[in-house]
Amino acid sequence: MEKGQRIRVLIGKVGLDGHDRGAKVIAQALRDAGMEVIYTGLRQTPDQIVEAAIQEDVQIIGISILSGAHNYLLPKIFELLAREGAQDIQVIVGGVIPEDDKAFLKEAGVAEIFGTGTSTGDIVNFIKQI
Amino acid sequence: MDKDMDMKLGEIAQQKALWESKHFTEDLSKSNEGWGGSVESELEFQRLYSPDSLDLDYLSDLSFPGEFPYTRGVQPNMYRGRFWTMRQYAGFGTAQETNTRFLYLLKQGQTGLSVAFDLVTQIGYNSDDPLAQGEVGKVGVAIDSLADMEALFKDIPLDRVSTSMTINAPAAILLAMYIVVAEKQGIAPSKLSGTIQNDILKEYMARGTYIFPPLPSMRLITDTFQYCAEHLPNWNTISISGYHIREAGSNAVQEVAFTLADGIAYVQAALDVGLEIDQFAPRLSFFFNAHSNFLEEIAKFRAARRVWAKIMKNRFKAKNPKSLMLRFHTQTAGCTLTAQQPEVNIMRVAFQALSAVLGGTQSLHTNSWDEALALPSQDSALLALRTQQTIAYETGITDTVDPLGGSYCVEKLTEDLEQAVWAYIDKIDELGGAVRAIELGFQQNEIQTSAYRYQMEIENQKRIIVGINKFQMQQDPPQGLLKVTPKVEQEQKQRLATVYRKRNQEKVEAGLIRLEKAAESTENLMPYLLDCVRNYTTLGEICDVLRKVFGEYRQENTF
Repeated sequence: MEKGQRIRVLIGKVGLDGHDRGAKVIAQALRDAGMEVIYTGLRQTPDQIVEAAIQEDVQIIGISILSGAHNYLLPKIFELLAREGAQDIQVIVGGVIPEDDKAFLKEAGVAEIFGTGTSTGDIVNFIKQI
Repeated sequence: MDKDMDMKLGEIAQQKALWESKHFTEDLSKSNEGWGGSVESELEFQRLYSPDSLDLDYLSDLSFPGEFPYTRGVQPNMYRGRFWTMRQYAGFGTAQETNTRFLYLLKQGQTGLSVAFDLVTQIGYNSDDPLAQGEVGKVGVAIDSLADMEALFKDIPLDRVSTSMTINAPAAILLAMYIVVAEKQGIAPSKLSGTIQNDILKEYMARGTYIFPPLPSMRLITDTFQYCAEHLPNWNTISISGYHIREAGSNAVQEVAFTLADGIAYVQAALDVGLEIDQFAPRLSFFFNAHSNFLEEIAKFRAARRVWAKIMKNRFKAKNPKSLMLRFHTQTAGCTLTAQQPEVNIMRVAFQALSAVLGGTQSLHTNSWDEALALPSQDSALLALRTQQTIAYETGITDTVDPLGGSYCVEKLTEDLEQAVWAYIDKIDELGGAVRAIELGFQQNEIQTSAYRYQMEIENQKRIIVGINKFQMQQDPPQGLLKVTPKVEQEQKQRLATVYRKRNQEKVEAGLIRLEKAAESTENLMPYLLDCVRNYTTLGEICDVLRKVFGEYRQENTF
């Protein structure tokens, strides 16, 4: 990340999942760490997420998902990012992601997966290093 | 309180002050007590509780179990008469798969069923809807029509089990399906017992599976109150839930206060449409979380009973004792489960479950140790059930009613919690009631603030979670976790296609037109919903009609 530039992050809830405790806590922590954070609210489609990310000119998309629909919804997001020529936006994921699915998601393009019990400090540090 | 007793308490207070000056320095920071052990809520724990800590009038504040204000329990003999219902929440994949799990759990001694529906069902779509893709059968069972509901309860006689359904926005529709499945088994609605969650307000506040705006949602709820009062006398028409409020990050006080404020809103809505208080209030039920702070949780359950009894008696002038009783289900706190060293969760669940039983719960779900990683496997679900059976049959805490009643500490915490809960209820009243306060984002903001504080306490080592910020260990992830196969979605879509093909399309369309007309009026919708589901009209089709008439709720982004 270039020096002096404020990091812009979109925190998104994709699919029908209603668990937003983690998403909001992360959004708040990133804000406290000096980043610009846009939170999408619940029930966003992959299209809405990608559209918002491009419109808001973010460098990072953070997807929170605990519904088990990650293997379907996350590849959709990468498909759409590629179609819009926005592959430079990095995608990180938080939530309940089974061990067996992690390789598949990394292969699809996920920069990092943060499971339950992750400290918000680790996420802040990861984003700053990108 | 008589004079002798006052003098005694004065003497105890004096002796206590002496004892304190003898053993402790004034400044806590110089003692070894600033270690910051377990902190859970805004309540402050005292070093020692003694009789002078309390402002207790036994007969009016506690009284006897089964008597107002029900602090000590809703039944006179509690678990000496019958244990709580052991009710494990289960559901995944197709109706057939979940039916197999239900039959297994019943065979292992579970005493009630609890259905987890997938998100698609909870938000009123069919499995073939574009928005459903990737979600079918994932966090619960997929139900599109009566055909799935028939498969779900195959070989389970519905007059012999009680069934709880975690369904909110479309609760009336799933209840209608359940009634028709029973009908087909030859069982009258009056013989059915169970619960629909049917609590939309906490969906707006904390759980997220809303469909319609508040006003028509409240109407669907009061329609079920009215219908059940006439036809399903043993059905719990709502389970007013603090569980998810706590999971979303609230503390214990907020959990109880926001739940009871929701309860007030439901009661008021029912009164406003002309129902009699004692006609529906006995069938209201509640659902709380059993979190980690053992003593505070016990006090929480006791305080909740006392506050609700006072609300119903003083505010709503209920006369039937059953209207005053807060009966509740408990689930151990999912948010306390860790993915790290997950076997430790077995202990967490056991302690939490113990607090629910000491708090006088009517039914209980114990979480499985692997739930921070996946849906529970059959083995882990069995262990969770065995945990409850061990508490019931081996610990002896069921041998006497409210064994911690009279504990200086528990009684003081119960008092403190009650005071703090009233303060929130007053605040919500000032804002114009629970619905208005939700529209203003009040509860959401309070929950969000508590959730963030909780996380920061963990990160600043003020709150210790074993295996997370102390006693960490590197471990390989556990094996044998449950995985829902992606095939489920295809199978479910095929089943749905068969339903479309086999049913009488004209009847379906006529029923939907009648439903639409009724929705536009103020008629009770239950008979129309029953009519629709009998014809295998799908959940998605019914909800589409209601979405058209009622509109859809959009969450104000309060963050």
